Amino acid sequence: MNRGTYVRLFGLMILLTVVMSVIMLIPDWNGIQGSAEADNIDTLLDIMIVVSCFVFSVVVVMLGYCIHAFRAKPGDESDGKPIHGNTKLEIAWTVIPTIIVLFGGAYSWIVLDDIEAEAANQLPIEVTAQQFKWTFDYPEQDVTSDELHVPVDVQLEVNLTALDVLHSFWVPEWRIKRDLVPIAEGNPTDVDNQFVVTPNRVGTYSLICTELCGFGHSTMQAKVVVHTQEDFDAWVAEQEPAEGEPPVEAGGES
Amino acid sequence: MPRALFGFLVGGALGFGLVVALRAISGLEIFQTEQTGYPHLIVPGITGPLGFLVGIGCFTYWFRWAGGAPTIPDDHSQHGASSWKDYFRFNTDHKVIGIQYICTTFFFFIVGGLAAMAVRAELAQPGTQIVDPSFFNGLFSTHAAIMIFLFIIPVFAGIANYVLPLMIGAPDMAFPRLNALSFWMLPMAGVLFLASYFVPGGAFDAGWTGYAPLSTGAPLGQSFFNLGVQFAGASSIATALNFLVTIITMRAPGMTFWRMPLLVWANLSTSLLVVAATPFIAGVQFMVLFDRALNTNFFQAATGGDVLSYQHIFWFYSHPAVYIMMLPGFGIISEVLSTHARKPIFGYRLMALALIGIVVLSYTVWAHHMFVSGMFSWLRVPMMITTLLIAVPTGIKIFSWLATLFDSVLHLKSTSMLFALGFIVTFVVGGISGVMLGMVPLDIHMSDTYFIVAHIHFVLFGGSVFTIFAGLYHWFPKMTGRMYDERLGRMHFWLTLVGMLGTFVPMHWIGLQGMPRRVADYSAQFGDWNLVISIFSFVLGAAQLIFIYNVVVSWRWGPKAGDNPWRAKTIEWLVTSPPPVFNFDEIPRVVGGPYEFGVPGARHAIMAGDEGHEARPPEPAVAGTASGSSP
Repeated sequence: MNRGTYVRLFGLMILLTVVMSVIMLIPDWNGIQGSAEADNIDTLLDIMIVVSCFVFSVVVVMLGYCIHAFRAKPGDESDGKPIHGNTKLEIAWTVIPTIIVLFGGAYSWIVLDDIEAEAANQLPIEVTAQQFKWTFDYPEQDVTSDELHVPVDVQLEVNLTALDVLHSFWVPEWRIKRDLVPIAEGNPTDVDNQFVVTPNRVGTYSLICTELCGFGHSTMQAKVVVHTQEDFDAWVAEQEPAEGEPPVEAGGES
Repeated sequence: MPRALFGFLVGGALGFGLVVALRAISGLEIFQTEQTGYPHLIVPGITGPLGFLVGIGCFTYWFRWAGGAPTIPDDHSQHGASSWKDYFRFNTDHKVIGIQYICTTFFFFIVGGLAAMAVRAELAQPGTQIVDPSFFNGLFSTHAAIMIFLFIIPVFAGIANYVLPLMIGAPDMAFPRLNALSFWMLPMAGVLFLASYFVPGGAFDAGWTGYAPLSTGAPLGQSFFNLGVQFAGASSIATALNFLVTIITMRAPGMTFWRMPLLVWANLSTSLLVVAATPFIAGVQFMVLFDRALNTNFFQAATGGDVLSYQHIFWFYSHPAVYIMMLPGFGIISEVLSTHARKPIFGYRLMALALIGIVVLSYTVWAHHMFVSGMFSWLRVPMMITTLLIAVPTGIKIFSWLATLFDSVLHLKSTSMLFALGFIVTFVVGGISGVMLGMVPLDIHMSDTYFIVAHIHFVLFGGSVFTIFAGLYHWFPKMTGRMYDERLGRMHFWLTLVGMLGTFVPMHWIGLQGMPRRVADYSAQFGDWNLVISIFSFVLGAAQLIFIYNVVVSWRWGPKAGDNPWRAKTIEWLVTSPPPVFNFDEIPRVVGGPYEFGVPGARHAIMAGDEGHEARPPEPAVAGTASGSSP
């Protein structure tokens, strides 16, 4: 085992890391970015993909090299070198990963603070889930709907209520998910049932229930429409006559 | 066995009669059949299994003793097993119990695997074709519950039951009768889980996590889950106590803590987790059962119960449970790698300390399952940091195994080595996705999607199950005295690896793209990938038939294995294969570390008969005759 072999192995790890990272960064892993928060989260994922490619390369190159270089010849009954350890190496692979994960933790914390930062102007929406149906109330507009219509580039303050069992609010394009926890009326509670999200891409999406809620779980979805501000105002205006009853053809004009 | 079945019926009838009589006396409606009620079925669900345990003889000795009657002195006549029928009897021999554990758990592995095949058949196409959504929910719930509580956790207990006393030079476990009781509780848990398919409302369908309030309001099957977990949990706890006492008090002379094989360290760590964590799931399932049957109000939201508490208590057990399902596997991998690479484990002490580090840290990370649950939001960042830190001791183990392979003489002919090397790759992938999931912003997007399904199967299948196979192939010659067919073993390994990768790799992608977990139906855009996944999953399922065939045929007709076919160093290989009924005619004496490969003249243990021939490790030119049977 000479110096040249170590250098070549290290070179191979770096090469494999680069090749894998390039290939792994091509697909759009999380899909369309539909909110202001998505970009931040996807960047964190991309960084993690590169770090993971490095870790994976180190393991695979070492494993492949050992199998290639130290495979026993048929009939070889000898033993390997009696190496019991190497304190410096062991300290290194304790300390370096600790630093990497702490860095990852700190960076995640920053991202978390960013995506949960409150904007000055928010549109409050009350989301109510029950087996197996979503309802959306707009207290400021005095509108109720069973589709989620929101204006683009406005931060939503989403308040969650579950009427029976746990449900979970997920719009994959927004990257945001939060459980809706049933709470008895008048019961003081610590449940954090509010989050913010800023949709920034006009279009039609799906709201998916991601917490098992019974036999209708897989069908518990709602249509999500992100409008321009004018279209949203028009949609609100259209709802007023039908207030209190879930409108049926409301999604048509997006 | 007939007495046990009779006991089951008598116990069940007593429970049934008690409920009917008490309700009749109290003037209540005799059969309460509101959705979650059914006391006349729940109480027999407790008394029936207890009757079975009494009938099979688990309590005979203790009852006689407690009652002051003369106990029958144990003449050890029922030790060992001479025919397959002996495995269906109450037996206190740790080797018989080990085989009983392994065969029972593999039966449940097949049952749970069939449930998985049914799930994949339904998911092969969008829409609902084969089963209705309610039954589908029951299928994946029973799949997970059976695989976790009746396969992975107890099969490790079974392997350790067989190997560990031999490894530390003990004649048996510390409490042989408790050991037998622990085993016999397990089939009872299985009966309860499977019986839920036949009760009104069908099998429990709130997932293996059984989140309240879905579980508190679910049909009767959920109560059978609550009860089954009690028997599986009590079995785990009793076994863990047994292991702790056995490891601490029954090691052969000379076996200091720093001379214990890493499998022993791993089971010590696992047992520390089990005894402290498992009571939490037992407790929380009782609370759910009480909510359902007695109208207590722990978790029912409608009447002011605290929904999130369920998740906290549940994960306070179930995250350590992840390590309960992984640490014994780490131990197995250390044994297999060092033996087949002919090298001492690199950094042995740090490897042992890493296990203890994982034990301590694993009690501090549970809420990472709840980042999107709406729990107290401040809790998320500290739990994220501890979650990421637990990657460090795990990484230490991976790097140390790789360093063990360095400068080795690597033998690939054994299937156990193939599974051990395959484990390193698949487990690293599962570890990497685990670190991603530990990061709160990523977890918000990924949780409860197929990305999670991919992650848990990479760690539980690519991790735990690969180590189980590595261990079974490694100790098969010791347990049966026969060699298995390596050609079939290699076929099993490669088909399992390909099936496993083809099944679980694409799940990462469809999860991130927006497919939630636990759905019977999904959006058409995921149709192609799901078909691919289903096809590979059937390959994976079919590959296990090769293993079953190989084991059955080799056990009966395989060529005789020597005492030490792998030329390993630990004590279990110093005795015959299979070992004598009482393990050791003479107590071995431990004189060195467990993995002294390549150290001239070094030995781990010597039998009393070899006394005086003890080699002194640093002397290179010891006379050739002194090293006895050691290569």
